[in-house]
Amino acid sequence: MLKALGMASRPRTLYEKIWDAHVVDQRADGTCLVFIDRHLVHEVTSPQAFEGLRVAGRKVRRPDLTLAVPDHNLPTTPRKDAAGNRLPIADPESAQQLAALEQNAPAFGIRYIGATDREQGIVHVVGPEQGFSLPGTTIVCGDSHTACHGGLGALAFGIGTSEVEHVLATQTLLLTPSKTMEVRVEGALGPGVTAKDLALEIIRRIGAAGGTGHVIEYTGSTIRALSVEGRLTVSNMSIEGGARAGLIAPDDVTFAYLKGRPMAPKGADWDAAVSYWRTLVTDPGATYDRTVLIDAAEIAPNVTWGTSPEDVVPITGVVPDPMDFADPSKQEAARKSLAYMGLEPGMRMQDVAVENIFIGSCTNSRIEDLRAAAAVLKGRKKAPGVKWAIVVPGSGLVKEQAEAEGLDRVFKDAGLEWREPGCSACLGMNPDKVPPGERSASTSNRNFVGRQGPGARTHLVSPAMAAAAAVTGRLSDVREMGGDA
Amino acid sequence: MDPVNHVEGKAYPFGRKNVDTDVIIPAHWLKTISRIGLGRGAFEALRAEPGNLFDDPAYAGSPILIAGDNFGCGSSREHAAWALGDMGIKAVIAPSFSDIFSGNAFKNGILTVVLPQEAIDRLMEVAKTDEIHVDLENQTVTTPFQDRFSFEIDPFRKQCLMGGLDEIGMTMAMDAQISNYEQRAAAAWPWQAGGANA
Ligand code: SF4
Repeated sequence: MLKALGMASRPRTLYEKIWDAHVVDQRADGTCLVFIDRHLVHEVTSPQAFEGLRVAGRKVRRPDLTLAVPDHNLPTTPRKDAAGNRLPIADPESAQQLAALEQNAPAFGIRYIGATDREQGIVHVVGPEQGFSLPGTTIVCGDSHTACHGGLGALAFGIGTSEVEHVLATQTLLLTPSKTMEVRVEGALGPGVTAKDLALEIIRRIGAAGGTGHVIEYTGSTIRALSVEGRLTVSNMSIEGGARAGLIAPDDVTFAYLKGRPMAPKGADWDAAVSYWRTLVTDPGATYDRTVLIDAAEIAPNVTWGTSPEDVVPITGVVPDPMDFADPSKQEAARKSLAYMGLEPGMRMQDVAVENIFIGSCTNSRIEDLRAAAAVLKGRKKAPGVKWAIVVPGSGLVKEQAEAEGLDRVFKDAGLEWREPGCSACLGMNPDKVPPGERSASTSNRNFVGRQGPGARTHLVSPAMAAAAAVTGRLSDVREMGGDA
Repeated sequence: MDPVNHVEGKAYPFGRKNVDTDVIIPAHWLKTISRIGLGRGAFEALRAEPGNLFDDPAYAGSPILIAGDNFGCGSSREHAAWALGDMGIKAVIAPSFSDIFSGNAFKNGILTVVLPQEAIDRLMEVAKTDEIHVDLENQTVTTPFQDRFSFEIDPFRKQCLMGGLDEIGMTMAMDAQISNYEQRAAAAWPWQAGGANA
């Protein structure tokens, strides 16, 4: 039985084990039909896929393996009035996409967690939190940050609308195997240095296209020491390093996180699952196509200065001179980035003033992220120069937990807004946007031109660093803030 | 997906080179939740010109479009193929196509026929007055005037188009293998079965 499901005797990487276990059929040209265990669906990339099914008279093959949650378009302002009635959505196009998902999910027999349900949130926060995402599974979603779930040891990646339809109809995808890259991080992270700083460091080292064609496996003592929340953050940004997916071998930390989650296995199933999950490690002697080594002690709290997630410097650093780059195309890109960002070479990053603070997104909106931000903000106020500062929990359950811990009070007392869960200012698709020409310290994952709104200037940082920027009104070194931080 | 074999009828003698997907369907149509109805947005900017080809009653409902080099370049939006399909186009004939566009066209059951520029010039002439016949099985384009042009097509794509099999249809034809995998997986990893219903 196990042989039939791809248990080979030669040493294999974690990626190869999960891949082999999911091959339904292999074509002569090497393309494989791969089974998909979990499909997350949101409102933006699904309407045409459902329509395609309807036009062709097709059903969803495995509605039980599919979970629909709205997140991208949903405003983060209150969703019900005082009487508990649902409030309408102002933007007609957003309203239409949200209504389409709300109708499509039940019409195709798919479990739907709606805008006003307490479990609603960003798909990539909800999946792990519900125990829908499990180690060793293949997970897809019409969103590139699906890589996030790799933090649990799942092979997870983003797909386009045609592929969404293909998975809905067949529960499979046609894929070619990826190359493997090991990113091994050893040692302890310094005080004030978080999983986000590590993720940014990795992208700085390998480059935004460094992982192209690869799946990255993160290994080493630093990774093992991360919480599941931190692992999800690191894996989430694999796509920013060009890799389609990231992987972290599941261990006791993972199992403790998953145990008791609503959709996680229970009873005897749980025990069987854990003993299988323990085999999901790269075998001694297995080889990666490429290995990158990073010493955790060298990592400082990081910030981005440009419009690519590889444009990273330590907070103690300065804006680089485009001429510092050897590659002429990178020089040109840096010049364009600096013009867009309104920065001059040699400026100290800590002198850069920010008017907007965004704490949220599938990268950094879990409970640990909110605790880290609150630890810095406790007993402090946001700087007068900060015009807009919002904290957007990743899900309704994160929101409840944060409120039970009194974190919402800390944020509100500091002058930050406490919002409803969703993608929010991670992308300029819903009402939460950074105004043109203004700057934000943001815990999201993309600093692309216009990502947070037309003309918005994004500096990617960790939640603690975003909180520090809120207090000082400029990009700041959280290590100099004192207190709990 | 409807099988494609013979596409016969009037053809739009368009002929323009480097038509990008923004011309085929402008970006503001991308916010839609449907691929049906996109035909109304097809060639929107060109259609704003009085007397344009696409609103000429002589060509209304033509199933064939004759275009110039590099048709469908630019953004990868699948909406371009959806828009052409929705306006009734079943085959596009051009000297060359962008790879992404021809892939998207194929996925949506639209035949892309590559012919040399001389053949295109001749077909543009014929299309003004007469019908054109694309025969996928024999890989020819013919006219009522004894013109006969042969074209090449990837055998896999030909088979899919003639069988009316889109990629999803092809995979659905492997139902037995998928079911077999599902049974093996259910036995090996029973804890995964519940999914979203657990
Ligand atoms: S929070 Fe941002 S990156 Fe994450 S799913 Fe939403 S839009 Fe995508």
